[in-house]
Amino acid sequence: MSPDFKPRIIAFLCNWCSYEGADRAGGQKLPYSATVKLIRVMCSGRVDPQFIFDAFRKGADGVMVLGCHPGDCHYRNGNMNAMRRMVLIKKMLKTFGIHPDRVKLDWVAASESRRFQQVVNDMADRILKLGPLSLKGCVKEVVEL
Amino acid sequence: MKKPTIAISWNSSCGGCDESIIDIEERILDIAQKVEFVFWPCAMDFKYSDIKNLPDADIAVSLINGAIQNSDQERTVKLLREKSKIIVAFGSCACFGGIPSLANLTTSAKIFVQSFFKSPTVHNEEDIVPLSECTEGHYSLTLPEIHKTVSTLDMVIEVDYYLPGCPPTAKMVAGVIERILDGDLPEKGNVLAPEKVLCASCNRNATKPDNIKINEIKRIHEVIADPELCFLAQGILCLGPATRDGCDYPCIKGNMPCTGCMGPVTGADQGAKMIGTLGGILCAENEKETESLLSSLVDPAGAFYRYSTGASLLGRKREEG
Ligand code: SF4
Ligand code: SF4
Ligand code: FES
Repeated sequence: MSPDFKPRIIAFLCNWCSYEGADRAGGQKLPYSATVKLIRVMCSGRVDPQFIFDAFRKGADGVMVLGCHPGDCHYRNGNMNAMRRMVLIKKMLKTFGIHPDRVKLDWVAASESRRFQQVVNDMADRILKLGPLSLKGCVKEVVEL
Repeated sequence: MKKPTIAISWNSSCGGCDESIIDIEERILDIAQKVEFVFWPCAMDFKYSDIKNLPDADIAVSLINGAIQNSDQERTVKLLREKSKIIVAFGSCACFGGIPSLANLTTSAKIFVQSFFKSPTVHNEEDIVPLSECTEGHYSLTLPEIHKTVSTLDMVIEVDYYLPGCPPTAKMVAGVIERILDGDLPEKGNVLAPEKVLCASCNRNATKPDNIKINEIKRIHEVIADPELCFLAQGILCLGPATRDGCDYPCIKGNMPCTGCMGPVTGADQGAKMIGTLGGILCAENEKETESLLSSLVDPAGAFYRYSTGASLLGRKREEG
């Protein structure tokens, strides 16, 4: 891996818990990896799996989804939909030869600023170790046999 | 007045798309009176040079089926692009890669080994592998080079219209040819099929509960399916929610779930959409339960991207963990 690899990680955060948690981390000046870019969504269940594939397609090396803890989702079961989808997404990524650790679903409550810092930094470390993904997709190349 | 000319060409495909044109039956005779075929390798004897000798943009429309997988196909479609006013990506292989693009989940080198050495029906004692070039006496012989990645038609040339389906039904084919002859076409870039998913017109939609919950994924050959109830509600994988409408659901009428041959609606990724659907209806409250429920889904890519691997946002298989 090139020493100047700067991971690009997209994190989708639910408005009610995880984004609040991130906001609190900011308020408390808790440093976290600048490789993670946050996108606020209403609920982790709003994260269409296509958002995640699209992020990879557009150059992300890792994608996170952070939502309310089980039982705390403001739309009751959006986070459970996110959880089940994530299991399927990992299965799908493997068949395309993409490491399943490039996606991560986790729970961060509004009060858990330190937990936010932790999960985000852990992800940044993981992706740094995995290296760049650069999905080139269907560029045709001629086979040398 | 000179009749408008039409070219039909195939690439990596099964021949079903050509067949679907013949399937329009006597209507083809009407059409044959109105147009002149200038190229149709599957049905008539034309040569590459016949096309090459035409002036640019001379062909009114080229219906091109099949995915692009080798240098000869690439050369032919590029030539047809030069010589045609309208290019239609005909069938799901041309539109999204189709079944041949499942090859993107492995490598061409592995496919070669399988096809020329390992396949149980192959007897290749002298270990002969086709080369793209070889000399035999005074002759230098060439074969097309195979691409590492199976591409959709629009990754190789500009496409004006898309007609999905594996193959498109005779009704769709006749309708589109008539529309082309009447000049009744939408803006370029459009798909000539409805912009909604199959469930929207499926006759079982009425039996689909508002909240489907399934605690088992059944495979169609393991059960006797109820002939009226929505397949998903029965726990049988049906790709209706992730697949474009327009086929008149022959499979559902035959008591078989949709496998997704019309491909996704515009802008959608079929696999991602199916993951979205399934994630919402499985009865599982944690990862462990979800995993065990999904154990019967052995090949998610083959099931969800069966006809659209070539167009998947995830690209082709790479080597990583
Ligand atoms: S899931 Fe299948 S059977 Fe059910 S409504 Fe949709 S297309 Fe019809
Ligand atoms: S029901 Fe599904 S698989 Fe059958 S023809 Fe229609 S789109 Fe294709
Ligand atoms: S509202 Fe936070 S996960 Fe649903």
